Amino acid sequence: MQLNKILKGLAITLPLMTLAACSSNDKKFEDQSSEMNNGAEVTDGSDSGVDTDAISPMDMSFEEKLAAKYGQAILENTISFAYDQSEIAPEYRVVLNAHAQYLVESQKSVTIEGHTDERGTPEYNIALGERRALSVVRYLQSMGVPATQLSTVSYGEEKPANFSHSDAAYAENRRAVLIY
Amino acid sequence: MKNKLLMLIGLWFAVIANAHAKLEIVVTEGVDTARVVAVLPFKFEGEGVAPQDLAEIVSTDLMRSGKFNPLARSKMPQTPSLSSDIDFNAWASLGAEALVTGVVTMPEPGKYQVTFELVDVISGQQGNSATYVLDKRRSVVKESQMRQYAHRISDIVYEKLTGEKGAFLTRIAYIAVDQTDKYPYQLRISDYDGFGEKLVVRSQEPLMSPSWSPDGRKLAYVSFENNRSQIYIQDIYTQERTQLTSFPSINGAPKWSPDGQQMAMVLSKDGQPDIYVMNIRTRDLRRVTSHRSIDTEPSWDPSGKSLIFSSERGGKPQIYRVDLATNETKRLTWEGEMNLGGSLTFDGKNLVMVSRNKGQYQIARQDLETGDLFVLTASSLDESPSVAPNGSMIIYSTIYGGKKNLALVSMDGRFKAKLPARSGEVRAPAWSPYLN
Repeated sequence: MQLNKILKGLAITLPLMTLAACSSNDKKFEDQSSEMNNGAEVTDGSDSGVDTDAISPMDMSFEEKLAAKYGQAILENTISFAYDQSEIAPEYRVVLNAHAQYLVESQKSVTIEGHTDERGTPEYNIALGERRALSVVRYLQSMGVPATQLSTVSYGEEKPANFSHSDAAYAENRRAVLIY
Repeated sequence: MKNKLLMLIGLWFAVIANAHAKLEIVVTEGVDTARVVAVLPFKFEGEGVAPQDLAEIVSTDLMRSGKFNPLARSKMPQTPSLSSDIDFNAWASLGAEALVTGVVTMPEPGKYQVTFELVDVISGQQGNSATYVLDKRRSVVKESQMRQYAHRISDIVYEKLTGEKGAFLTRIAYIAVDQTDKYPYQLRISDYDGFGEKLVVRSQEPLMSPSWSPDGRKLAYVSFENNRSQIYIQDIYTQERTQLTSFPSINGAPKWSPDGQQMAMVLSKDGQPDIYVMNIRTRDLRRVTSHRSIDTEPSWDPSGKSLIFSSERGGKPQIYRVDLATNETKRLTWEGEMNLGGSLTFDGKNLVMVSRNKGQYQIARQDLETGDLFVLTASSLDESPSVAPNGSMIIYSTIYGGKKNLALVSMDGRFKAKLPARSGEVRAPAWSPYLN
């Protein structure tokens, strides 16, 4: 009985996890509830309580449609920043312009995550991450996206994209990410 | 109901006793001028083997304080268990100024009676038996309390010999991050020496900024379990957990006031990160700073009358002090490219912080009377300093072996030790207040 439950949980967990690995942790809360509906339940601390990090499968043709309508740039969702900076570099305008157009037309909501590298104290980096997220918010607002569709969360240095402690990792980690 | 289950999935509370230390202290820089003492092996008069080598624990404690250089057992001329059997001249010739002797008996199974004496060698040489015993105590302790009792002995010895209270019977809280774990982010506590590690809370989303209540019973910390920052308070004994704040945007850097009634914190609900103080019982919130630049990292003056904090109001981050009655704000740091993460020692005389020099983040101490700045560490990314309650040592996070780990440095910078973690990375240490 117990094993059966675990296997059930695993069966749905694995494919979702591979999906999650290449996409962002979109709408975590809802996805957890769908996992619940699929029968993964908390039994005890050891093997249940599996928490997947899934999104609803993305239809490739939907992506293609998006790209066709708003340009390839809509498929990018990460804006990189220079060390200790929160200004948006000119090369990311095309990306943000595409998202702005999509947001205006779809009226969807987006959360902008702000991240930093690990240099500087964790608390300062939370503030810097928020500043980066707000830079993106201001840019999107200037392109006509209503404030009500935009929210931010700063993770500072707590959720690096690259876990090593090198300059290359630091560059990768200084970012804002748009999560629909 | 579903929400409750979801919370169980996202978070798993547990208190797991662990016999081994996940962290282990490795001394990297000693102090030549440390005072020579000796902790003689305690004689065990019970059945079987002694449950703990108390003398070894005490000896290691004293060595780690950076103030003592305990003699190795192999160099001891004799190992009597009673002060009356000590050959004082033999110890004096080795430069030892004080000795600890002890006897452990077993009045009933699982219970141990520990008797120890702290002996002054010079008085002993003079043959004055009335004065050479500096302290003598006897206690009955359970097997599970033996390590703690050893730290208690260390506290007594340290205080008798230095005049300062010892901080060996204390704990540290820290965040362990292991991306291979199902719950990568874990808030844990252990004894100050890494033993007796326990899990406080674990989550799939980041945990940050643990802060001890002044009675050592509770921790405040930041959790992202709901995909946003929120401040929680958790009782480490009962596991009772309360959400203290969930304002829009940043909820960060909680710091308990010295009287335990208020929580200083950073909120950005009003536009940018500013310092606030909340009454924990009534939840009344008071805004302390309101500046368009970043204000963060509040820390209490021991009197509870002012806060120090980091601010970018002068350009790069520097440390300021704000008087809570008058709101008068004064800049405290002027040296270094930037200074961050400041806290005051418990006598209020020193500011301990992260100081950036030539792009390197290092732990520094500023004497607030003279303004002198002492850089205490030398690696590239040392941060999150937390001071022991007696002001003798600082625990901080640093990078070695390609990983974030904890390290210790004495207040004068002369003694250093590492606490390498066995797996994953460890960060954000917070030293507890006195627990006795």
